[in-house]
Amino acid sequence: MATKASRSAARLMMAPAVILLLGWMLVPLTMTVWFSFRTYLPLRGGDQGWTGFDNYVRFVTSSSFWPAVTTTLIILGSVLVITIVLGVLLAILLDQPMWGQGVVRILVIAPFFVMPTVSALVWKNIFMDPTNGLFSHLWRLFGAEPVSWLSDAAIPSIVMIVSWQWLPFATLILLTAIQSLDSEQLEAAEMDGASPLSRFAYITLPHLGRAITIVVLIQTIFLLAIFAEIFVTTGGAFGTRTLSYLIFQRVLESQNIGLGSAGGVYAIILANIVALFLMRIVGKNLDN
Amino acid sequence: MGQISLNQVTKSFGDVQVIPPLDLDINEGEFVVFVGPSGCGKSTLLRLIAGLEDTTSGNIAIDDKDATALPPAKRGLAMVFQSYALYPHMSVRKNIAFPMKMAGIDEASQKAKIEAAASALNLTDYLDRKPGQLSGGQRQRVAIGRAIVREPAAFLFDEPLSNLDAALRVGMRLEIMELHEKLKTTMIYVTHDQVEAMTMADKIVVLQAGVIEQVGSPLELYHKPRNRFVAGFIGSPKMNLIDGPEAQKHGAATIGVRPEHLSVSKTEGLWEGTVGVAEHLGSDTFIHVHNTGLVDMMTVRITGDIEVRHGDKIYLTPDSTQIHKFDAQGLRQE
Amino acid sequence: MARAVTTQRKAINTTFAWIIGLLIFFPILWTILTSFKTEAQAISDPPIFLFFDWTTENYSTVMERSNYGRFLWNSIIIAGGSTILGIMIAIPAAWSMAFVPSRRTKDILLWMLSTKMLPAVGVLYPIYLLFIQLGLLDNVYGLTFILMLINLPIIVWMLYTYFREIPAEILEAARMDGAGLKSEILYVLTPMAIPGIASTLLLNFILAWNEAFWTLNLTAAQAAPLTAFIASYSSPEGLFYAKLSAASTMAIAPILIMGWFSQKQLVRGLTFGAVK
Repeated sequence: MATKASRSAARLMMAPAVILLLGWMLVPLTMTVWFSFRTYLPLRGGDQGWTGFDNYVRFVTSSSFWPAVTTTLIILGSVLVITIVLGVLLAILLDQPMWGQGVVRILVIAPFFVMPTVSALVWKNIFMDPTNGLFSHLWRLFGAEPVSWLSDAAIPSIVMIVSWQWLPFATLILLTAIQSLDSEQLEAAEMDGASPLSRFAYITLPHLGRAITIVVLIQTIFLLAIFAEIFVTTGGAFGTRTLSYLIFQRVLESQNIGLGSAGGVYAIILANIVALFLMRIVGKNLDN
Repeated sequence: MGQISLNQVTKSFGDVQVIPPLDLDINEGEFVVFVGPSGCGKSTLLRLIAGLEDTTSGNIAIDDKDATALPPAKRGLAMVFQSYALYPHMSVRKNIAFPMKMAGIDEASQKAKIEAAASALNLTDYLDRKPGQLSGGQRQRVAIGRAIVREPAAFLFDEPLSNLDAALRVGMRLEIMELHEKLKTTMIYVTHDQVEAMTMADKIVVLQAGVIEQVGSPLELYHKPRNRFVAGFIGSPKMNLIDGPEAQKHGAATIGVRPEHLSVSKTEGLWEGTVGVAEHLGSDTFIHVHNTGLVDMMTVRITGDIEVRHGDKIYLTPDSTQIHKFDAQGLRQE
Repeated sequence: MARAVTTQRKAINTTFAWIIGLLIFFPILWTILTSFKTEAQAISDPPIFLFFDWTTENYSTVMERSNYGRFLWNSIIIAGGSTILGIMIAIPAAWSMAFVPSRRTKDILLWMLSTKMLPAVGVLYPIYLLFIQLGLLDNVYGLTFILMLINLPIIVWMLYTYFREIPAEILEAARMDGAGLKSEILYVLTPMAIPGIASTLLLNFILAWNEAFWTLNLTAAQAAPLTAFIASYSSPEGLFYAKLSAASTMAIAPILIMGWFSQKQLVRGLTFGAVK
């Protein structure tokens, strides 16, 4: 649907974006892969040559690997369950007729716009601090011993902070999906004698299926990479070291670039597996 | 100015050839209508002339200069689109001024031309409105105004009336015809509506599957359709086409009789049938006749009214001077 | 939805929704309130909700002590610069994909998206190394460039979905009216896409403003934006809740306001058009 002239103009105009992203992808990726096959300790002797797959083996056999995997999966799974379940309920609630709907929506969405370092710090100090935090006041009010949240219950605390940040995202997308449901479908089901519960189970929920999948995939990609929340609150201590935090520590803290890069390659492969599913959904959507 | 000729033009999208080699000459000042069923390539042909699509091979010349490789902006043509394609963020004034702004015409002459176009098209009161605040007919006039100020070698219209309701369509049709009378500029008009084609054109180009079936004046097409396709396409209601023994009596594979060339009697006639639906328009009556043994259904048009009921027996007689004969290939026989 | 609901039912919905809404918003509200307390009142037990001695002292302290203006300025430069740069690169690309689609357009779009999925930690060291080599470490422009690259796929993608809603006939009309490519994009496409471009700008400004991996790892004293400045509060001395709250409020307030304006577009931007 176009002329040769416009097609060549199109190629030209696409070039900067394509070249930049190609560079952004290929240059660091190649370097990471290259480093991952070398013993490279910038502070302790520099590049000490080729080691084959040693780094890959060492990364997965190190004592911190499996705990990191477990932590990552626990945080990921918990946050996904919490945000999706609460998100669906909240979306349905917000879809009901009420006064001040716009304002409630704004209140619910707000946490998503708070920068991660701020929300981590505010939760860490103002809420979860064992002596001055609001929770400790609350616990004492009921005569209970205040909890040292970020050391004694570190993973649940982080799950809570991250869920608070991502619940708005899930709610907003699910709400949008609910609102796109043709109300005549629900009315037809009502005429057919379906109860509110079966209307939800047979019509609303299947309609939300795609949106839920998208929320799961997008959140997974972002949650696998959460950084600031851990960096600010526990610094990876108390069992909160996720896979990406482990890689970060290997690279920047212990400056073992080879090992960290091997971990990085694992992370990239993992993210790509998730991304592949997301791409398929998005790609299908492009066809319509 | 405004003479366009297409020489062996073809167009393919990928492997699909939508326009096989095609020759066409459009003379200066002519009102040419491209007509055909949807998907026949008429819009593609217009877009090739406009330069919005490349030709796959062949040449397009505008005023004897080769324009095949020229971008649309340099061809000196103006186009009115089906959706009007007005710039929604600009006022009517700015919409009309846009081609002149692109051409670098000074503000004073722009203003004069806008005023002139606006008064010719009854848009003077709406110059400062946005397209969104106008009715369909007004939008159409703005689109035409934008085309006029360009003083093009030819106007191209791509189904410009199909988004208007029936009443407005007739009015706009007249306005476009009057505009043509006044400007005497070449106009190429694409439509799938054969009534528009018949009423507006100096010359009709009937297309099917990218092939020109016939080029001629409306009455030539009506009286001497070159083949079965044109015979069936031009005229409303459609021509009755009869195959088989009845056609062989006339030495043809197919004969065609227009509904208005059949006379009706309740007592006697050449062909016998029963009345199906009768559409009474007051001025005319269309009768659908079944069970003639010739075709499934035959349409008859009678001037004035006639008292017939569903199921009545009826006799039809064709006007023997108005029978069209076609051979086995569907081509006209004289 | 076109159905009457009893007032009672509506009242129940309203109460319920407001309670939950306020609960979710509470941490932000509490932070804002705390920022106006004295440090002593900020940690008082039992906590004081509203009836404290309102003061703006924390704000002036934060501004004076920590060179807050510089961090704020860095945030603005990095978020604004990366967004504007991204838009300038993305508009022509999105035009190409929306109006001159080819068989590869879909693949290119998906590929661009896949670069967005690249885990930052996987390429941390190479970028770190390149930044050292190029002298870009702790440099505002280096960070601006990185954030532009990170958000470029989203910008291209959002613009693409907006552009696709513009009828191609209007651009063709411009071509017929004698407009060249530059005029077509400048005078016709861009003004028509202003709402879409604005929401793209807004969302990407927000994303860049809140970005907290590269901003923490590639900056030190010079180029640190607000994310890094706030993170520096994580190991403070003495009483500081009120000041932390004041600093936090200042860092999130502009974004909260922008975010509220862009909530509708947010969905489209973050799901790459898969949910509308």
